Amino acid sequence: MTRESLIDDVFELEQDETQALWTHEFDLTRRTFLQVLGAGLLITVTQDMTQAQSGRTMPVIARLHLNTDGTVTVLTGKVEEGQGSRAELSQAAAEELRVSVGQVRLIMADTDLVPDDGITAGSRTTPYNVPPVRQAAATARELLTNLAARQWQVNAETLEVLNGKITHTATGKTLTYGDLAALDTTSEVFKGSIRSDVTLTPLGQWKTMGTSVPRPNSRDLVTGAHHYPSDQIRPGMLYGKVLRPPSYGATLEAIDLGAAQAMKDVFVLHEGQFVGFAAPTTFLATRALEAAAQTAQWKTVPQVSSRDLFSHLKKNKQTGGRSRPRTTGDVDKALSEASQVLNETYEVAYVQHTPMEPRAATAEWTDGKLTVWTGVDSPQRVQGDLAREFGVSNDKVRLIVPDMGGGFGGKHSGEAAEEAARLSKACARPVAVHWTREEEFTWAYFRPAAVIECRAGLDDTGSLTAWDFTSINPGSSGIDPPYGIANMSILSAGTDSPLRQGAYRCLAATANNFARESFIDELSVAAKADPLAFRLAHLNNPRIRTVLEAAARHFDWGNRRKKITRELGVGLACGTEKNSVVAACVEILIDRKTGQIRVVEVCEAFECGPIVNPDNLTSQIQGCICMGLGPALREAMVFEDGRILSNSFYTYQVPRFADIPKLDIHLVENRDIPSAGGGETPIIAIAPAIGNAVFAATGIRLRSMPLQSDKLKA
Amino acid sequence: MDVTMSLTVNGEKKTITTDPSRRLLDVLREDLQLTGTKYGCGQSQCGACTVLINGRAVHSCVTPVGSVNNTEVITVEGLARGDVLHPVQAAFLAEGAIQCGYCTPGMIMRAVALLDSDPNPSDSTIKAWMNANICRCNGYTKILNAVRRAARQNLEVTVP
Ligand code: FES
Ligand code: FES
Repeated sequence: MTRESLIDDVFELEQDETQALWTHEFDLTRRTFLQVLGAGLLITVTQDMTQAQSGRTMPVIARLHLNTDGTVTVLTGKVEEGQGSRAELSQAAAEELRVSVGQVRLIMADTDLVPDDGITAGSRTTPYNVPPVRQAAATARELLTNLAARQWQVNAETLEVLNGKITHTATGKTLTYGDLAALDTTSEVFKGSIRSDVTLTPLGQWKTMGTSVPRPNSRDLVTGAHHYPSDQIRPGMLYGKVLRPPSYGATLEAIDLGAAQAMKDVFVLHEGQFVGFAAPTTFLATRALEAAAQTAQWKTVPQVSSRDLFSHLKKNKQTGGRSRPRTTGDVDKALSEASQVLNETYEVAYVQHTPMEPRAATAEWTDGKLTVWTGVDSPQRVQGDLAREFGVSNDKVRLIVPDMGGGFGGKHSGEAAEEAARLSKACARPVAVHWTREEEFTWAYFRPAAVIECRAGLDDTGSLTAWDFTSINPGSSGIDPPYGIANMSILSAGTDSPLRQGAYRCLAATANNFARESFIDELSVAAKADPLAFRLAHLNNPRIRTVLEAAARHFDWGNRRKKITRELGVGLACGTEKNSVVAACVEILIDRKTGQIRVVEVCEAFECGPIVNPDNLTSQIQGCICMGLGPALREAMVFEDGRILSNSFYTYQVPRFADIPKLDIHLVENRDIPSAGGGETPIIAIAPAIGNAVFAATGIRLRSMPLQSDKLKA
Repeated sequence: MDVTMSLTVNGEKKTITTDPSRRLLDVLREDLQLTGTKYGCGQSQCGACTVLINGRAVHSCVTPVGSVNNTEVITVEGLARGDVLHPVQAAFLAEGAIQCGYCTPGMIMRAVALLDSDPNPSDSTIKAWMNANICRCNGYTKILNAVRRAARQNLEVTVP
């Protein structure tokens, strides 16, 4: 994908975030179903039937199948990458079907089988994919109950469904889902549409949802039995390597492939700028690559280096068009009348996602059809990309995403899939391409860097009267302040991004929240107010208020504030994004000899509506906090003349065991709204809370992430 | 130049003829199809590739296969006894110390090596020892709890 299209991706994602995304390209043939699901599957669907379906309805059978062993197969286009969607969607189906989670077999992200549920991103699984799965399961239960009622000539309302068994209490008659799977009539009724108005189990009656169901395939993860995208081995498979330019924008002028071609069992493909190698072992493919790379001649073009990054982003700020501010009231007038005006700029470095499993794909062409096993968030989109790339129709590309090793927004694009498919096509053998860590650091896209310009005015009572916020490059998520301010101007401005950038866990909300919550802290100092009291006085979001008060109470904010020294600081921050709210209080220690900041404790309160899986939510919050510590304290891409210098875990230090603070996590449940996703927003409060704590201890305000400064040495 | 080596992998004798400078990691994954051992960095920085060689935790990504002739290698696939999980595996499950699980085999192997040599480690020992391994998903707390849990079980077995 080009740099430009990824930038678009960022905006597109944000714009799409409020939409339920599923389209209706499914192609379920009896043959593929029987291949995948095997015997026991008695309900199949014909291609004719699914093609006849269009518009916004989907037949039950596209989502759900009964098996004669009493299990239920549920189909989803969502991807599992450690965030917990497999457990959550299994729970959703089990709840409405009245079966145990163990009776649900969830097939995820296989484009030959599953409906297009949209990209796995933006915390959308919970709000936008759990409901359709529940509706499908509830519709199925209703259809099956009606079927039993008809068979027994009784009123459906007199029947009970429990543990996959339909019972007529008066007569003692029972039918299990397994029994019903054997009936032809069941396949007929499952062609009926999923009803979006079907009654779902009310919150108070949840049995499976709301409980800490473990990930269904977790045993395979501790035994090594699960096959990740990088573990897919096909008969006769070769291992592929691809030649990379030495720097961004460099183009290949000449290369001598003689040495590589002379190697036994090595296949070499050179097509334009693409030079790839395939061999029976990674070792041999790497040798061939290295031999060829030595001879490559490149034409380089000047590139921006990280030391000039922020001035470059500012200089190229776009105005007009998309980059016009949203305003309320009159900011300029309010600023001119303010008794104090603050004006500060914040910066955020590029960071890399570094999921533990780098990009990987295995591709295989059989009879003109391409099958790829790979780790991407967007199976149908990458399927379409591959189809276009190879000039075939979508049904000639099957993309399968086995549960993968992390993503964090970093795997929306299918580079490895394309490379493996290309090599496989050329050498007529299955080929696996596994990116190295260095490739992942260098050629995967980055979280956008940011420059954020903030101005605000306070009146003589210390109230905020004006707010002017210009966020250059990261995008618009989380850009609106949750504070009541009469005069505001808010702008998300594009610019020229020197590096390839794209989505990341909570994307722009981390940068925008860092700037806002640091700036709010500065304003509280200017207003001579306690940072907590200042926020509470201005907050107009009652949900944030609740979590902020909860975090402050558990942390004992008032008393902890009194214990601040020049080495020990406490700070807090709050925010909202993706319809969930978060607040964090932190305690930090600064080594004034080295200037090193250590986060000692994080107390975080989080609310995302009714909790679907408390243990998984806790894991997500812990993971967000830990992941957030990296870019807050250390992580930053260093690059020079188009070369990424932060290209290993030596030169780019992610959080480790030694960095874990004491974590005090509070799940605040709000049962008055629908469930929202919880895997992203807990990250946004960490960096500003740390920066605010540093200020509290030292009086030094750090306005650039990562928060590092020689000034802390004193 | 290929050489022939013999080693024991998960209790089975294996004879392998290959280039001795290949990484043990690749030989396990590509030749023996033992894909439970993961690649995370290839530079001895993340622990995803940890295996036991003669009982010691080793990064298989920087171990030339030529150096393991006549040794005993144990990978994550070799820990369970039939259906019975190794206590460390069971502890990871019980604590829910898994998200994507990609770091998990390496974490488990590293923890097994620790508990074999120090059945009752202090928290600071666990953290220092496990610091060699990176997890990007889960914030380490549950992994720490899993190692503690496995250690507690050790204690229960050894101290009646
Ligand atoms: S893969 Fe061996 S230590 Fe990272
Ligand atoms: S669970 Fe994903 S890297 Fe550890």
